[in-house]
Amino acid sequence: MRYYDRLVFELSKPGRVGFSLPDASEGLAALSGIDSRLMRSVPARLPEVTEVDVVRHYTNLSQMNFGVDTGFYPLGSCTMKYNPKVNEEISGVFADVHPLQPESTLKGVKTVYDCLGKSLSAITGMKKFTFLPCAGAHGELTGLMLIREYHLRRGDTARTKVIVPDSAHGTNPASAAVCGLEIVQVKSDASGLVDVESLKPLLGPDVAAIMMTNPNTLGLFESNIKSIASMVHEAGALLYYDGANMNPLVGVARPGDMGFDVMHLNLHKTFSTPHGGGGPGSGPVGVGEKLVDVVDSQKVSGFHGNFAVMLRALAYILMLGRQNVGMVGRLSTLNANYIKESLKDSFKLPIPSVCKHEFVFDGLADDGSDGGSRPGASTLDVAKRLLDFGFHAPTIYFPLLFHQAIMIEPTETESLETMDAFIDVMHKIAEEAKKDPEVLRSAPHTTPVGRPDETAAARNPILKYSFE
Amino acid sequence: MGAFSYFPATPSDIELMLRRIGVKSLDDLYSDVPGDFMFGGEYDLPAAMTEQQVRDFFKSLAGADPKLKVFAGAGAYDHYTPSVIPYVTSRSEFLTAYTPYQCEISQGTLRYVFEWQTMICELTGLDVANASMYDGPTAAAEAVRMCVASARRRSTVVVSSLLLPQVLEVVGTYAKWGGVNIKVAGDVAGAVSEYADDLAGVIVPGIDRYGRIVDLSGIADAAHKAGALMVEYCDPSALAVLKTPAEWGADVAVGDGQSLGIPLNYGGPYVGFMACRSEHMRKLPGRIVGESRDSEGRRCYVLTLQAREQHIRREKATSNICSNESLMALWCTVYLSLMGPEGMKRVNALCHERSHMLYRELLSTGLFEEAFPGADFIKEFALRPLVSSDTLQQALLKAGYFAALKVDGEDLVTFCATEKRTVEEIEGLVKAVCSLKEDRK
Repeated sequence: MRYYDRLVFELSKPGRVGFSLPDASEGLAALSGIDSRLMRSVPARLPEVTEVDVVRHYTNLSQMNFGVDTGFYPLGSCTMKYNPKVNEEISGVFADVHPLQPESTLKGVKTVYDCLGKSLSAITGMKKFTFLPCAGAHGELTGLMLIREYHLRRGDTARTKVIVPDSAHGTNPASAAVCGLEIVQVKSDASGLVDVESLKPLLGPDVAAIMMTNPNTLGLFESNIKSIASMVHEAGALLYYDGANMNPLVGVARPGDMGFDVMHLNLHKTFSTPHGGGGPGSGPVGVGEKLVDVVDSQKVSGFHGNFAVMLRALAYILMLGRQNVGMVGRLSTLNANYIKESLKDSFKLPIPSVCKHEFVFDGLADDGSDGGSRPGASTLDVAKRLLDFGFHAPTIYFPLLFHQAIMIEPTETESLETMDAFIDVMHKIAEEAKKDPEVLRSAPHTTPVGRPDETAAARNPILKYSFE
Repeated sequence: MGAFSYFPATPSDIELMLRRIGVKSLDDLYSDVPGDFMFGGEYDLPAAMTEQQVRDFFKSLAGADPKLKVFAGAGAYDHYTPSVIPYVTSRSEFLTAYTPYQCEISQGTLRYVFEWQTMICELTGLDVANASMYDGPTAAAEAVRMCVASARRRSTVVVSSLLLPQVLEVVGTYAKWGGVNIKVAGDVAGAVSEYADDLAGVIVPGIDRYGRIVDLSGIADAAHKAGALMVEYCDPSALAVLKTPAEWGADVAVGDGQSLGIPLNYGGPYVGFMACRSEHMRKLPGRIVGESRDSEGRRCYVLTLQAREQHIRREKATSNICSNESLMALWCTVYLSLMGPEGMKRVNALCHERSHMLYRELLSTGLFEEAFPGADFIKEFALRPLVSSDTLQQALLKAGYFAALKVDGEDLVTFCATEKRTVEEIEGLVKAVCSLKEDRK
């Protein structure tokens, strides 16, 4: 990776163009005939650059970026598995189809929705999916809307609370708030699972649902799920499944069989579609029998969801087929446990049980602070030092249950050799911390830029180019 | 199961790893899952395909449907996509990255988002833009939330009935659960004074659902007088020539970036955008990229103002959005870089030329009446057909054109012609219309 310090605006020179369009003199004359009160007074300062300028600029930018194709990306809860290339190849086959075309012209499109819906139902045990949500959090919000709609249609109007475990992804409480629900937090017990005893008194006629992530964000399977499900259902509430952590269960177990009523999937995690530097994703929501009638009741996006993302996910499912699906979850779980067991002497492992696709360390076993005589290395420092060795950092400082959380998720598409290389580097970093934590504290040293001044960025925000 | 190209673990690798972990089999790793939840049978999935079979499968699906020339808009526009865009956006360093949490190895993503924010500010005339929203309608729904959050204790938002139907629907869905009182009004000024006491915001389109350029004068003043925010829903492509939201006095601008060269793709992925005046910056939803310096004093870019976001604030966040549509924001950024001010002007000029030619030719068939005589439009317009709108649309489909979208609840149809539509295609469509002369009501 190489530092490249240009913005496209800085390449601009009046008179250069990067487009190829027919002559428009007639149209330009007509445009100037429109009432000037409706027209802008000053043109937008867009860059004036040629094609080659644009290609080189963005190629240079891309070379300051790290993707799954660059190397190992053990970002916990993000399931950064390999993104197959055939997915990309076929993703444009419906590029010219307008979203409002009549059904008679959409046989192929309809087949895609049918095949994908059936496949996701088979994998999750849910009855029916809506594909409108464009990302995981959007799916959560949609799922909660469906839950509220379900209760309302039954005349059950008092259910305005949702129970969220303290280990939940930040999107859970945020989605619940956007959906107008009051959030009630339930604690985790010492083993990192939802505390069943604490849950009991929270259930009542005012609870709409509990949102659960299973395995949870510590990578632990909620083994009390059966009793939780019956308690929740008995209280008239529903179970929501946050599909961000579905990967270890693919081909192994199904949320629908465990009593979950509504769930979302992240096609950009579990179903191998690329994350694109922050989207587009796709967050289809599946429902069990009870909610089939309401599943299509919420219009949460403009057309039919992120269709080209769905095409990629379907291509992945077709490549897997019923023969390979059983290994997705198992291998992801195998890889996570292998790394956990290999590193547990160098890093604090707060919960030693078998994990699923991911697990959480609580910082270095020895942070090098030498009993407080010098500043030790934190989780942030470990993460930054990893970048020097060509690995993406794990998710850090989440879940909030542990102050120095390091959350590692390797996925099933990483090889033993890659993981061994990562393990070696993590050991090396732990050794460095013991000897001289400063090496970590000043990292990274080999990346295109060093640590940024985030405080200054937030205090005096510069959020656009200044053109001066 | 034989070897599979996405799984690197060999049987001996698996053996070695199980030993290190200290269990005997893969299923031992699931001993915490109650036995009756372990799926026993065979999954009801298609048999695994080879890569070539996957290609053929999708090719045959696409081949099942007619290839149509699109003369429809209504929120999805068939503009030309320069070849550079898919080339750049498919670079795997952009494509296969996650959200840029580790800024030291994400400067590529962070820089293009900063460029996108700048371009959205330039198009809208406003001060601050975020990194993107899911699509235009959800951006509008988030703008409603922003109005209510800014206003405090006021919860009515007046929404123009001239907005695209899908915008009204999505805004309505979010508002229903979020406790916002939505008043859909044809007479926006009237509604603003009627609900002034509880008014948090007003949303109006810059171009309405019939394609007309809307004169928004007076709206901002009325909204501000009532202590509310004005939000404009706009077409970013047309903003290259039209009066900006800032010039109309809007506080917030939202819309869909699809018109900036994103293919139709049956409705997605597209990208929502959102911009506002700087005083509302901390109420914006979603990611925002800011400029800073690294430890060596080099210019660098970071995710900033994160105290607004769900991973920090949880239920108190401005929104629940996490993943957005980053790669599509790159798509639009590359588009706007290639087009520049001259190209954007020319796109609008060509749209104007082609759509007005179509408008004139359709009227001259005698099968339509003007719906809004004298209205200004750039690429989309409404007409009143004198034949049944279903017959009209069917005849056009048969001839290979998707056109004449029926306007819900009205005896109008809309057409759209972008710079991508040729004179020959326009003539072909008009000829297909003429074949209906005998069906005239």
